[in-house]
Amino acid sequence: MTINLATSYLTLAAILFCIGLFGALTKRNAVIVLLSIEVMLNAVVLNLIAFSKYGIVPSITGQIFSLFTIVVAAAGAAVGVAILIALFRNRGTSDITEMNELKH
Amino acid sequence: MEPVYVQYAWLIPIFPLLSFLLLTAMGRSAQKLGSMISVVAAFAAMTLAVLVFVERLGGNATDYTWNEWNWLEFAGYTLHMGFEVNNLNALMLVIVTLVSALVNLYSLGYMADDERKATFFAYVSLFTFSMLGLVISSNLLMLYIFWELVGVCSFLLVGFWYYKPEAKAAAKKAFIVTRIGDVGLFIAILLLFWAMPGNSLEFSAIHNAFVGGEINEGLATWIAILIFIGAIGKSGQFPLHTWLPDAMEGPTPISALIHAATMVAAGVYLVARTYDIFLASEVSLSVVAYVGAFTAIFAATIAIAQNDIKRILAYSTVSQLGYMMMALGLGSKLALAAAMFHLLTHAFFKALLFLGSGSVIHAVHKQNIHQMGGLFGKMRITAITFAIGSLALAGVFPLSGFWSKDAILAETLHEGQPILFVVGILAAFFTALYMTRLYVLVFLGKPRESQDAHESPAVMTVPLVVLAVLAVIAGVVNLPGEPWLAGWLHGETLVEHANWLVIILSNGAALAGIFIGYAMYRKPANTALEASQTATEDVKNGLYRVLQNKYYIDELYQTIIVGPYRWLGNVLDTFDTYVVDGVVKLLSVVTVGIGRVGIRLQNGQLQTYGLLMLFGFVLFAVFLAGRRFF
Repeated sequence: MTINLATSYLTLAAILFCIGLFGALTKRNAVIVLLSIEVMLNAVVLNLIAFSKYGIVPSITGQIFSLFTIVVAAAGAAVGVAILIALFRNRGTSDITEMNELKH
Repeated sequence: MEPVYVQYAWLIPIFPLLSFLLLTAMGRSAQKLGSMISVVAAFAAMTLAVLVFVERLGGNATDYTWNEWNWLEFAGYTLHMGFEVNNLNALMLVIVTLVSALVNLYSLGYMADDERKATFFAYVSLFTFSMLGLVISSNLLMLYIFWELVGVCSFLLVGFWYYKPEAKAAAKKAFIVTRIGDVGLFIAILLLFWAMPGNSLEFSAIHNAFVGGEINEGLATWIAILIFIGAIGKSGQFPLHTWLPDAMEGPTPISALIHAATMVAAGVYLVARTYDIFLASEVSLSVVAYVGAFTAIFAATIAIAQNDIKRILAYSTVSQLGYMMMALGLGSKLALAAAMFHLLTHAFFKALLFLGSGSVIHAVHKQNIHQMGGLFGKMRITAITFAIGSLALAGVFPLSGFWSKDAILAETLHEGQPILFVVGILAAFFTALYMTRLYVLVFLGKPRESQDAHESPAVMTVPLVVLAVLAVIAGVVNLPGEPWLAGWLHGETLVEHANWLVIILSNGAALAGIFIGYAMYRKPANTALEASQTATEDVKNGLYRVLQNKYYIDELYQTIIVGPYRWLGNVLDTFDTYVVDGVVKLLSVVTVGIGRVGIRLQNGQLQTYGLLMLFGFVLFAVFLAGRRFF
């Protein structure tokens, strides 16, 4: 029974991750890409919680860890959005395919 | 009497070495005064050499050897370096330094306008150093080192005017052809090292071993013949003589110094120095004698048909060196002395002839004797000294060449070698013939082409006069009744086999050659047109054409050695270009291709990178999962 619940959590997490990955790799708008990355992060967090409840060694550690992850992700998103705004002010675009300056 | 100067004999080569180092260090700034350094060094060396020589004249002086310098030590074996002075090389020291000093002096005039005068004198000094080192070496390996050094100097000086393609080719030819002989000498040294008791290469040890019969005759034959191959290369004997006439592309003072008086005599000196090895083997002596005799007559006949004044003299040198070799091949003490005697007189009169021809070339800027003529009135000193040199070379009584040639011929008869005697007389006849032809065409008659000839400056004529005097009087050291030189060289009293038949025959051959030559070439060919007509008539004559083309020896070598060798070189070159280089190029093309693909991947698109990471991750996962099933 426990296995089934874990499996459904993990399946949901996998679906979320794939949606996020698809969005991160295909969307041209940098904001959408950032959003997709957050979706992927949430999938990971969901995994952590699922394993902390239904894993081989259940404990509170995974849930605390997921809280940390959410905080760090929020900070990361804030920095990402700040960069995007700075870029938009300078370049007048939010198209991620035009942000290829680092190849040289 | 305690020897004094002999102890300082090592200083003799040091003077020219210092001069070379100074001139090289000074570089371009030596252009003006640099030549004087070389001249002074050469005269200093000459003075010391004469002092050593005079000291050795004082009767039964023992050989002085100093070889305390341990040059190489390994496995309990020590190779010493040092110097040795005996009567033989004391004589050589005087010849080399004297000719070198006079040539240095002469070059002051001859090379006065050359742009690379300082370089020229540096090379001459280096050559003098190497040649003197060769002469006083105390062991065979040391001699070999200097032997190669003189070869290098010869290469540098023949190719001195390197912007002339002929000079470049001649320098290469001189170097490569003599190297063939050098390889022989090197193998001989290795054989000696292997065979000698205690692996010693000292000349004194070689003397003791071969006189004591410690080395069997078969091995002695091999060693002797290999040493002789070295001498063949250096002394321009058949079949390696082809480089010497071509070497005439160098400046004329060089022809006098290196290719007439000293370096080419090194082969004769080498055989004389290692004579005990040759004496231990009858076969090798015969080889030396017959190669020498053949070269003597072979080169003399070629000289008749040449048109370049220096080439005639070059073939004459080859022929006279053959004479010396023939004498050495007779294998007696007197024959050795006769060879060294001829070396001495030949050094004087041949250097004189070359310097004289240089004076002529300096005046008329041509080398073809058919374009000269009538120079006697315009260049009196050159003409008279040249005449003395020619007569000495032809062997006319009582000039020095007569006595030395007579000594050799008398020995051939005494040793019971009538064939060699006849060859010697014939060669003497041809010698007189070609020298007369040369002299008549150059100095007598009327000018065949307009020329503005004038006598050379005093720095050039003084050496000519000195050498002419020596060419006249050098014969007195070894008169038939009183062979002083032979006795002195061997340190014992010897009786020369004076033979009136020889004296009359050799003189007769020389005079006959002169008269026939005079009759043949004293034609009043006054204009250039006529001269060229006679020349074309001459060419029509078959035998003459063979002689003019030097028996086609060069063409033969070209066909059977140089041609196939070049073909092999081309094949290997093609292999190198297409196979070896091909592999290398293929490797580089593949690497560059991979690089280009790599560049495509790095396009700055973040999403592409992400996709690739995904692919990598999927591959990794598939690999990890798949591994389970294998």
